[in-house]
Amino acid sequence: MTDNIDQLRGELLAAVSAAQDAAAIEDVRVGALGKKGQITGLMATLGKMAPDERKAFGQRLNVLKDEIAAALDGRKREFESAALNARLASEHMDVTLPIRPEAKGTLHPITQTMDEVAAIFGQMGFEVADGPDIEDDFHNFTALNFPPGHPAREMHDTFFLPPGEDGNRYLLRTHTSPVQIRTMMTQKPPIRVIIPGRTYRCDYDMTHTPMFHQVELLVIDTETNMSHLRGCLQEFVRTYFGVDDLTTRFRPSFFPFTEPSAEMDIGCSRKGGELKIGNHGDWLEILGCGMVHPNVLRACGLDPDVYQGFAAGMGIERIAMLKYGIPDLRTFFESDLRWLRHYGFAALDIPSITGGLTR
Amino acid sequence: MKFTLSWLKEHLDTNASVDEISAKLTSTGLEVENLVNPAAGLVSFIVAHIAEAAQHPNADRLRVCTVETGTETLQVVCGAPNARAGLKVVLARPGVTIPATGDVLKKGAIRGVESQGMLCSLSELKLPGDSAGIIELPADAPVGVTVTQVLSLDPIIEINLTPNRVDALGVRGIARDLAAAGLGKLKPIKDSAVTGTFDSARKIKMRLAADDTKLCPQFVGRTIRGVKNTESPAWLKERLNAIGLRPVSAIVDITQYLTIDLGRPLHAFDDAKLNGDVGPRLALPSESLAALNGEAYTLDPTMVVIADDSAALGIAGIMGGEPSSVTEATTTVFLESALFDPMNIASTGRKLLINSDARYAFERGVDPESAITGAEVATRMIQDICGGEASHLVEGGAAPAWKREIAFNPARVKSLGGVDLPSADIKAILERLGFVVAGNGDDWKVTPPSWRADVEGWQDLVEEVLRIHGYDNIPPTPLPRAPMPKVMLTAGQRQSAFTRRSLAARGLNETTTWSFLPGAQADLFRGDLPVVALANPISSDLDVLRPSLIPNLAAAAGRNAARGMNDCALFEVGPRFEGPKPGQQTLIAAALRSGHTNARHWAGARRPVDALDAKADALAALEAAGAPVSSLQAWTGANNGVPAWYHPGRSGVLKLGNQVLAAFGELHPGVLTSLDVKGPMVACEVFLERITPSKKKAGSARPLLKASNFQPVERDFAFVVDSGVTAEALLRAVRNADKDLITDVGLFDVYVGAHVGEGKKSLAVSVTLQPKDATLTDEQIDAVAKKIIAAVEKACGGVLRS
Repeated sequence: MTDNIDQLRGELLAAVSAAQDAAAIEDVRVGALGKKGQITGLMATLGKMAPDERKAFGQRLNVLKDEIAAALDGRKREFESAALNARLASEHMDVTLPIRPEAKGTLHPITQTMDEVAAIFGQMGFEVADGPDIEDDFHNFTALNFPPGHPAREMHDTFFLPPGEDGNRYLLRTHTSPVQIRTMMTQKPPIRVIIPGRTYRCDYDMTHTPMFHQVELLVIDTETNMSHLRGCLQEFVRTYFGVDDLTTRFRPSFFPFTEPSAEMDIGCSRKGGELKIGNHGDWLEILGCGMVHPNVLRACGLDPDVYQGFAAGMGIERIAMLKYGIPDLRTFFESDLRWLRHYGFAALDIPSITGGLTR
Repeated sequence: MKFTLSWLKEHLDTNASVDEISAKLTSTGLEVENLVNPAAGLVSFIVAHIAEAAQHPNADRLRVCTVETGTETLQVVCGAPNARAGLKVVLARPGVTIPATGDVLKKGAIRGVESQGMLCSLSELKLPGDSAGIIELPADAPVGVTVTQVLSLDPIIEINLTPNRVDALGVRGIARDLAAAGLGKLKPIKDSAVTGTFDSARKIKMRLAADDTKLCPQFVGRTIRGVKNTESPAWLKERLNAIGLRPVSAIVDITQYLTIDLGRPLHAFDDAKLNGDVGPRLALPSESLAALNGEAYTLDPTMVVIADDSAALGIAGIMGGEPSSVTEATTTVFLESALFDPMNIASTGRKLLINSDARYAFERGVDPESAITGAEVATRMIQDICGGEASHLVEGGAAPAWKREIAFNPARVKSLGGVDLPSADIKAILERLGFVVAGNGDDWKVTPPSWRADVEGWQDLVEEVLRIHGYDNIPPTPLPRAPMPKVMLTAGQRQSAFTRRSLAARGLNETTTWSFLPGAQADLFRGDLPVVALANPISSDLDVLRPSLIPNLAAAAGRNAARGMNDCALFEVGPRFEGPKPGQQTLIAAALRSGHTNARHWAGARRPVDALDAKADALAALEAAGAPVSSLQAWTGANNGVPAWYHPGRSGVLKLGNQVLAAFGELHPGVLTSLDVKGPMVACEVFLERITPSKKKAGSARPLLKASNFQPVERDFAFVVDSGVTAEALLRAVRNADKDLITDVGLFDVYVGAHVGEGKKSLAVSVTLQPKDATLTDEQIDAVAKKIIAAVEKACGGVLRS
């Protein structure tokens, strides 16, 4: 019996080696391990053997079966591998080809800047308020302490709508400040809001467009004073421009709706005609601000001897131009695809304080 | 407001440098807009002497000058008519930069004669004054020294005056502020009364009704006879020149000077040209007046004029009249010093479009105590320069009551201003500014000076203290804040923010376009909305508020196409205007695509944009905005609210129930032609405010996921339907055939052609059946198939394609 097994092993291994393709291997497998295969046939004889003999023979037969199965597998893998190699050798793609077109959308710098401003003030507990573009004289001027006929009104170059049937002469808001009035008239202090939005003035040249955007700040409570105003704005400009120790300068100024009023400058350099934000000895005016005027508080039904707070306003395009080096205000509104793609921001570039304000 | 350093020092005793003064001005709220120090660019220019001036051999108008500098002798060709031997001149040698041009002077030849330098005029050095020829220096000027030692080079300071600070309209007021801020001492003013020697024959007559006296509460005059109205002395001309005013004659110059020096406008009439008494009255209807600027003005009875018994002489507080003006022949002047109502002056100035220094001062409010002192100072100056004999003052009206007391608690400087300052310092600052402080403790009574009409309440006093103390001494304190910030955006604000970023993620470029547009374009996109026109548009192209965002986007795509970028995908989120009143606007997300979906490419053909691209944008925006997209139904046709600016056969609306949440489609070719842009263009408008963001009912938890363990089965069906049947109707019928089992229906083929016959089309759908409890049997699948076929037949008359 031993000879039989050894002989069979020799024959089968020779057949495996001789097989030249997957079909031939399959034939060998069926001939050895199939239902009517030689090894299967020998297995069938085990039942008739004496127990001792069965055990010994069975063990040797199993060894042979495993050995042949392994040899078959090995040979089969060789073919598969050769087939794969042949396929790979025949397949080729020029991966230097340009990819299929994918449109890359962008967000307008005004949107991104507003989101950045909101992210910073959100950290300080502000909410966002908004109001209508068409305003009445009361909210845009009178309640903000511009008396009728006052020269300061003239400086606003207001767009008017024709007088309406109700006798009111509506206008396009010249600043976002009317939303201060709307907020104070509908909310109880403490108030902390920022008000971003479209604003309009009848002026169009190198540095003015008839429509532009502002963001307004309003804080009303019983304690907030000019020291907080300065601290809040200093934190803002340092975070927004990403200059941790950016110096600020406060100058007395005048706005009808604040008292005391101030303008804030930030450090910069203008060497070689290039503007750079930072502590370089020169100053750049960045925003106007002040403590809310008692007449404004009164117009909103708040007692100026009890409530106080500050307001500030700045141009969105202006701070965007400064931060991102955009040279011309008018280009913000031209919808030039080249400009939108160049100065725009990726959809997922969402500003946050913890995740990074600017990529 | 412009003045020179020496002028300032007339009122301020200080050793501070011009830079220190400039910094202090800005820090007290008188922002220095421009500081011109003419000496800065002139140190290389030297005093020279023309030893000889010979005719140029080749040019009639040129002279060849031999110029001595003390150390060398140069040959300079000069074209000035006044270049002559013996003159002391300003010499520029090669290498220096000429201030007027910024060019570096080079050695050269002029008409064949070598010139080794240049003799300079005032304008070449950017200095004010007469530049008809070269500068003629005094004969005793030392040759060879730098010209900054011999020219009067007064730094010119220009401040940007805020409208509240009338007190700083005069150089004296500026000096007062600087003195209060510790930068020197205010010099006393020579304002003692001039002793009149006779009674003026001309009296003041206040011709205003009692109700109108506030328009001119006080009018002071004086006759000065025997004057000689010559040219002004050099110092006076220099000062006026320096700040850009043109010297005229001594008397005119004195009134110009005092307007700037004291912020006190005055006027002088030629007494010989007056008739009877002088004073204010309202202008007569259509009264006309020839003003000093050479223009004739037609006045109306809201305006105040200065008049004598026969005619209006000048526009009160704004500009004098030509016929009564002083000339060099004038020997008797009648001086006017009056007070006018700021609002009235502002209104008159606006109506007549006259800008003058007098208007600027009066409309902001001149010191109510200054009428008499102004007249006295002017009289003294006139007598000093022009001689003459002054009458006693003649007066009409009186200075209005201006004194008021403000209750002030000095602790407010800390509580509002945020600065801890001792009461004594607060008091000292206020007193240095001319405020009178009474009371003590926390109960002060502060009386502002006459020149500070702008100071009304205690908040203004805090500002005065802070600005003199220095705003930069306000310590910055961060706003106190909660340990964890709250959500700052409302649901609506988050909705629009998410919509923007979702559209950008789809490859669209966000833009920002005007809220206005040409009226003719607005008309194409108006629908039922009213015209909202501007009364004073910036141009006829921007005269109407937009009823839709699409025309601006289409125009933008057109401009880009003109630059060769034909494939645009733009969007904007912004207001459309639905009426002329506050609040009559709604927030729209609009997207527009033009040209092709992408550039030409190796991987396949490209296709023009179509209505379904716009529908996809609309659906993406709707989904981002939180609309229940699976419940929306698409409808077509004007009767379903599809706007007329879309192609009638290639457009639709997306509705939730009866409400249109979005419109989309190809833009109407006729509309594109009217807009003068090339199509095709497709667009959508999403009405963000009509979308109610879904409310979180039970917190942020999502419903439990029910994922089946059993294999889903996919079956395909092709139905032949009438070509008018919409895909959506068929899909809805299939989906509703068995809501439990059918989890997905896809439309994978649309066929129109001979195989299905005229007026028909074939729609092939793939239906996914998802069993939940056990694998589907063939019988169950057949049963569902039958339900689907029946449902399609019932809903759309569809027949299974064999």
